Amino acid sequence: MRVYFDYNATTPLAPEAAEATARALRDQFGNASSVHHFGQQAKAAIDEARSAVAALLNADPSELVFTSGGTESDNFAIRGAAEALDPIGRRHLIAGAIEHEAVLNTLKALARRGWRTTLLPVDQSGIVSPDRLREIITDDTALVSVMHANNEIGTIQPVAELAAIAHERGALMHTDAVQSTGKIPVDVRALGVDLLSLSAHKFSGPKGAGALWIKRGTRLQPILTGGRHERSRRAGTENVPALVGLGVAARLAASKMSAEAARVGALRDRLEVRILRDVGGTAVNGTRSSRVPNTTNISFDRVEAESLLIALDLEGVAVSTGSACSSGTLEPSHVLRAMGFSAHRAQNSLRFSLGMFSTEEEVDRVASLLPSIVEKLRALTRKTASA
Amino acid sequence: MRIVVAMSGGVDSSVAAALLAEQGHEVIGLSMQLYDHTGHAEAGGQRSFGSCCTLDDLHDARRVAASLNIPHYILNLERQFDEQVVSNFVREYAAGRTPLPCAHCNSDLKFTTLAERARGFGAEAVATGHYARVERDPATGRYLLKRGADPSKDQSYFLFSLTQDQLAHAMFPIGDRGKNAVREYARHRRLPVADKPDSQEICFIPDHDYAKFVTKRAPETDRQGTIVDEHGRVAGRHGGIHRFTIGQRKGLGLASPSPLYVLALRPAEQQVVVGPKSALERTTLTASDVNWIGGKPRTPQRVAAQIRHRHQAAPATVHATDGGSATVVFDAPQIAVTPGQAVVFYDEDIVVGGGWIG
Repeated sequence: MRVYFDYNATTPLAPEAAEATARALRDQFGNASSVHHFGQQAKAAIDEARSAVAALLNADPSELVFTSGGTESDNFAIRGAAEALDPIGRRHLIAGAIEHEAVLNTLKALARRGWRTTLLPVDQSGIVSPDRLREIITDDTALVSVMHANNEIGTIQPVAELAAIAHERGALMHTDAVQSTGKIPVDVRALGVDLLSLSAHKFSGPKGAGALWIKRGTRLQPILTGGRHERSRRAGTENVPALVGLGVAARLAASKMSAEAARVGALRDRLEVRILRDVGGTAVNGTRSSRVPNTTNISFDRVEAESLLIALDLEGVAVSTGSACSSGTLEPSHVLRAMGFSAHRAQNSLRFSLGMFSTEEEVDRVASLLPSIVEKLRALTRKTASA
Repeated sequence: MRIVVAMSGGVDSSVAAALLAEQGHEVIGLSMQLYDHTGHAEAGGQRSFGSCCTLDDLHDARRVAASLNIPHYILNLERQFDEQVVSNFVREYAAGRTPLPCAHCNSDLKFTTLAERARGFGAEAVATGHYARVERDPATGRYLLKRGADPSKDQSYFLFSLTQDQLAHAMFPIGDRGKNAVREYARHRRLPVADKPDSQEICFIPDHDYAKFVTKRAPETDRQGTIVDEHGRVAGRHGGIHRFTIGQRKGLGLASPSPLYVLALRPAEQQVVVGPKSALERTTLTASDVNWIGGKPRTPQRVAAQIRHRHQAAPATVHATDGGSATVVFDAPQIAVTPGQAVVFYDEDIVVGGGWIG
């Protein structure tokens, strides 16, 4: 039996989404921009998906631009806002210190081109402080970008409060909701943001589909130029099958969210409690009170997470050491470092993220495997240290 | 048996993995990420696409593992590699010696750090793509390290410092094959790296400019000094002793009626000593940190002693001395005995032991 506890990296498709995507791949081959019947069919399929995603976000369908996924949406939001507000002299960008690389590296790229950038720090619980934003923000700030839920530790950020502060100073507010969409309610009006990114494959939809919600009236410069797709906001022939899958996943998420959140949350809590009880030297990273229900990030004292991850995989259990996008880098998690943890603790931490197909049996299997695996790795570490 | 194969992405370690998998072992591929030539360019800065090497090798290892249907993981050992191999390499050059980083990498990284990780994953052995052989001597129960069957590819010289414990868990699946046979097998198994060129000498210096690398890592080595002859007469100037190795003829920038060779490097005086080829001859050397694979001998041993990778092992007598040292007396003079390189003692094709030339 293989156990997949890495839903924050990507999710298996919901059967309904897989079915709809496969059907569209077969039958909806038309180009949604074409005038004829085939084009109209494809266009209708995309519009249906747009309505479904809009309903999930309490948004208007016309405010949604489909993209290839979270990274493109984040790039679009940040680069688009930076360029649109450049002419009026707003050349300052702010992002949370624990943002995804899609945001952080986009900021770095813009910094090299002359934009001023500031990172908003987090406390040890993994939450950014609105008061700090008040200190950092200026009248030159173009955009504040703070994620809704963090991908590594799952903490939920006070986005609405941050958005209010940004708006007081005339800045735009973007939130990367890639890890919250489909897991907890995401209401663009309640969050009060101007821009919101999401990605289909993080909530049981297919890869290669995402969206940027752009509040009506927001000034944004397109980054992909070409044909007049997506109301001239994002050029490129639409990935119809993936967008159909996104729409189905959005509908499923909307209908099952509260029940699923409760079910998955109970599983996550069961896993967490058992690990903390049965494996010595463990601790949860980040607050346990305000996070998405599927995620826990746990540090294992005196064990390199890299080794633990491999040992677990050899037992058929898939977890991760943090963001899948930063695998292979030596740098300890920037999220845990920003929270003030030592590089050592950051390198001893594993993320377990559950989802739609997770079961109690799987939780119990992982929880019962861990003590002996950890003990074995610790014994080797001791031997090496004393040799 | 669960076996970890250290996969570099080259054809040799790929074939090692393929052979073990074919024999029915549970093979796990591990690749070591040792250095990063991309710097922090991944953060969105300028970079020329397609110019990177180490990541390509790791990618090749992964493709091979996928084609063999075995799990594959990348261990980030950049810090350990830097501390245990690269720092030593720079220190040695700065001290006027010519280092042998591959031997350090084998004994201090592959068969220690990697082997420990492998044990943590439940593996009973670590296999590599070296052209060498390991056998258990039925008479003594000890493990023997032997030359690879293909004399032109033999790599036992780089493995002389493996201990009995390390050898007990080491496997060299291609050691009884020749390079051609290895490539043949790779093509037969349709491994994606079957026709990949052999790797270069020092993996972490792809442009082969060791002097530039040393200067960058240790700017204090970039000191001018004098080139003197055997009698101390100044013959010229140089830009740092780390740019020279014993026996070097090219790049001295000296005009002389007869060819001149580097005879010695004197770090304290920043001097490079040059002279005729005949002055490079030595009949004795001392070795330190000697590893006796078969146990330390009590009496002088007749061996064939090899003083660099591409050296024809020469008849000699070796005396084990106190403090892990040894004295080697060659039957005939040898050219360019180079401090920092290894001297490895062979009895036929068995590695008796070896140490570092002082």
